[in-house]
Amino acid sequence: MTVLPDTFTDWFTRRGWSVHPHQADMLDRADAPALLLIAPTGGGKTLAGFLPSLAELADGTHQGLHTLYVSPLKALATDIKRNLRTPVDDIRLPIRIEDRTGDTSYTKKRRQRADPPHILLTTPESLALLTSYEDAPRMFAGLQRVIIDEIHALSESKRGDQLMLALSRLQAIAPDMRRVGLSATVEDPAAIAHLLARHPDPCPILHADPGPDPDIQMLTTAEAPPWSGGGAKYSIPAVLEQVKNHKTTLIFHNTRAQAELYFHNLWLANEDSLPIGIHHGSLDRAQREKVEAAMVRGDLRAIVCTGTLDLGIDWGDVDLVIQIGAPKNVKRLVQRIGRANHRYNAPSKALLVPANRFEVVECVAALEAAKAHDLDGDPRGAGPRDVLCQHILIAACAGPFNADDLFAQVTSVGAYSDLTRAAFDDCLDFCATGGYSLRAYDKWQRLLQRPDGDWQLRDPRSAQRIRMNIGTIQDTDTLKVRLKGNFKPLGEIEEGFAATLTAGDTFLIGGEIVRYEGLRELTVQVTRRADKPPKIATFMGKKFATSTQLSARVLDMFRQDSWPALPDHTADWLTLQTEVSKLPEADRILVESYEYRDRHYACFYGFAGRNAQQTLGLLLTQRMEQSGLAALGFVATDYATLIWGLEPVTDPATLLQGGALRDGLTQWLAGNAVMKRTFRASATIAGLIERNSPQARKSGRQATFSSDILYDTLQKYDPDHLIMQITHEEAMRGLVDFGRIEAMIERTKGRVDHVQLTRVSPLAAPMMLEMGRVPIAGEGRERLLADAAETLMHDSGLRDIGP
Amino acid sequence: MTGHAFTFCGSDVVARPSGCLWIAPSRTLCVSDLHLGKSGRIARRSGYFLPPYETTDTLARLAQEIAATYPARVICLGDSFDDLRAAEELSEPATRQLAQMQAGREWIWIEGNHDAGPVAISGSHLWEYRTDNLMFRHIATADPQEVSGHYHPKYGIPGGGAARACFVYDDTRLIMPAFGTYTGGLSATDPAVRTLFGARPIAVLTGPRAIPVPVQDSPRQRRSGGRFY
Repeated sequence: MTVLPDTFTDWFTRRGWSVHPHQADMLDRADAPALLLIAPTGGGKTLAGFLPSLAELADGTHQGLHTLYVSPLKALATDIKRNLRTPVDDIRLPIRIEDRTGDTSYTKKRRQRADPPHILLTTPESLALLTSYEDAPRMFAGLQRVIIDEIHALSESKRGDQLMLALSRLQAIAPDMRRVGLSATVEDPAAIAHLLARHPDPCPILHADPGPDPDIQMLTTAEAPPWSGGGAKYSIPAVLEQVKNHKTTLIFHNTRAQAELYFHNLWLANEDSLPIGIHHGSLDRAQREKVEAAMVRGDLRAIVCTGTLDLGIDWGDVDLVIQIGAPKNVKRLVQRIGRANHRYNAPSKALLVPANRFEVVECVAALEAAKAHDLDGDPRGAGPRDVLCQHILIAACAGPFNADDLFAQVTSVGAYSDLTRAAFDDCLDFCATGGYSLRAYDKWQRLLQRPDGDWQLRDPRSAQRIRMNIGTIQDTDTLKVRLKGNFKPLGEIEEGFAATLTAGDTFLIGGEIVRYEGLRELTVQVTRRADKPPKIATFMGKKFATSTQLSARVLDMFRQDSWPALPDHTADWLTLQTEVSKLPEADRILVESYEYRDRHYACFYGFAGRNAQQTLGLLLTQRMEQSGLAALGFVATDYATLIWGLEPVTDPATLLQGGALRDGLTQWLAGNAVMKRTFRASATIAGLIERNSPQARKSGRQATFSSDILYDTLQKYDPDHLIMQITHEEAMRGLVDFGRIEAMIERTKGRVDHVQLTRVSPLAAPMMLEMGRVPIAGEGRERLLADAAETLMHDSGLRDIGP
Repeated sequence: MTGHAFTFCGSDVVARPSGCLWIAPSRTLCVSDLHLGKSGRIARRSGYFLPPYETTDTLARLAQEIAATYPARVICLGDSFDDLRAAEELSEPATRQLAQMQAGREWIWIEGNHDAGPVAISGSHLWEYRTDNLMFRHIATADPQEVSGHYHPKYGIPGGGAARACFVYDDTRLIMPAFGTYTGGLSATDPAVRTLFGARPIAVLTGPRAIPVPVQDSPRQRRSGGRFY
């Protein structure tokens, strides 16, 4: 237990504050080896985490690093540094606080290693890098506490796994280190506690008063939402009206492209020139910082943003949160809503804006779930082995290690507590020799076992390359966008999108329409001459699938006879569906088929979420191809897959048989683009290929080749290789999401309702308008290509070129 | 026959879907940029361990081509080995497989920038070679009637998926696609390749079948997957 010095209590009193009960609890239990605090945004959560550190450091006797603070965002580290300064300066505490992120200068970083501050604020990647240096034991020797902020966000990704592995090394260096996790409201605090604590230590969970329930409503507009699409352009007048009536509004979007488009349209309608900014991960850092600063000063009335603003940065006086598009996930909705009204014990105010008619249903379901405190989430499963491989390489950078000791450390991490020694040894062998069944690299081993049994790098110079590739965030190949003749970048776009641009094309970035002029040394040169309607930059940003729990709530709503909670336009739509066909049910799969303009359509309502419905589309069309049903394409949403082809589907139940789908999956996965993308990600993390090489980008293009070739080669010659196993695991829980197809099969147990219609049903109609149609490749693709080439040859008169 | 047959500088040739060039009059099979031993070289130099199967795969595909065409002569147009040491370190089975392929036919190794220098593997080692009124060398020069490699050209057309390795030719010169498994590509529209040709070069895409297509100057080239080495 840590007692708060009088100087602190005086300071609280002077400010007219009192210590919150959960802050007092954190002080009382400051000796616990691990402690998790669950508190809503604005509950003084960060101060609760830091108070014991400030109190312990108040007498000025501690030498060196005392507390390490890790947050998922660089901006959060900077923000916290500013906030901590207030009590430290006011109380005149002898405490040095510094941050260390990818943006910290080289000289400052060097100094920090030699002479660390009392409190160091950093990110998981910067911490992993710190542990890779030989002097890590000296730097962390006196470490007392680690505070992990927004641990709920980290726990959902490999960044969290990497962080916890790094902590296992710190714990070995500083056995007395205590761990504190700060989390927003989550569905399963025990799961996070398991990740946080040194396994098998207990981890008590403290709950702060969650405060009053938020005031969430659906935005009512004069115009009904459109049948499909995700833009929600119809809502702009109503949203502007809301912005006028509030001090500061955050307008959340699910994707960056949608945020850009909405921002653009918002300004077109912004007749009063209300100061409105945009903030998302593809914008240049300087641009983002400008917006953040304006936000803190209170200069902005609204900010259009994406998940980058999800985390707990104090953005000043936000009094309204607007969520555009269905939130897909109740937990994220609740966390976003917490952004509004940072004053403790005042209800947050939020508005949901469905982007289309189906999302009206989803928004109402999400509203009810939020009111019922029914949060969602899926268990993450065991710690991924690609991250473990990287951890082993990082350990080797710091100096020789003993495999038994490292294994003991790794299994003290909650996510890796079930790791077998054999699985660990596979990873070690992969790091040392590549782990191929053909032992080609024994001569060039990356790690060597010394006579004393310890492992070390064969060539110490490889440490630099390993350090350059630390991290688990996959950056897609992006190119900086710059105004011609201007050094300052506007932001970044994907290389694939840049490749589709020709001079004169226009696109949106940072709310501006820019004109593509050309590519110069890996930057996209643009001008402001905007004389065409914009193409939209296709940012890679992750598309979330509607959660299992939320899908179940939607299905629950369908069981009602009438829908008083829904607006009339949507209730009427559902009623019409019951008259023409029927509504999908939770324990059956509804399949509707109809003909439209010489194409046969079949709509499969699986409610398995976007990724799984996409996979279902690929598997079903593959099976249809086999039975001669000549499928031409499909489109998937969170709740259904619509397939079209030349022949009618007459027996959907056979198509949906679980065993056949599973067999199809195995075949299909082998050559699939999703697998190749997943392979690339895992291979980069595990250190099979490198992301950052000083020469890679500059060297001639013909010297570089696609990682897809490596995947194909392994598939052919070494299909059981460790990275192939990891790729398979990742794809099953990630983009392929076959787990939810399995759950759907289990839930419906072969009960298929096939409704044959003469025309499209009300529920299927919006699917006909959906973007993102997937054409079916196959022999047809080759014929198409040959035909197109033949036409080009003919048209250009080149066909008869000769001697 | 899924190859693209045409007359190049007076000789009947076939651009095979595999990326090999068949020169009918002299029964010559030409192949370029095998880059054998690439994974070994990368491991030696950078400590990265790519799947060590590309030599096996490249040789297996070459053996198939030889079995299918039964050439009197094989010309390997340079960068056959990823470096000279890669040639020395060629595995026992790979060396044996090469010897089998060489039996009963003339075999010419043209030197490339990766394998400039003598290699202790049988066959003639030459800087350049002339046959069928054509000059074979690794890197294109200003001379007409020339077949070369080096650039690993690739090309694609809209709607045809990712760019594929391709032959590029006009009435004076032909550049071969890279045959090695671990090879990337340079777009046929890249100035380094494009400026070697006249107004209207043709690309012959490799793949399940050889597809000739005119090279258009600002096509929307698509890349596949990530880039590496």
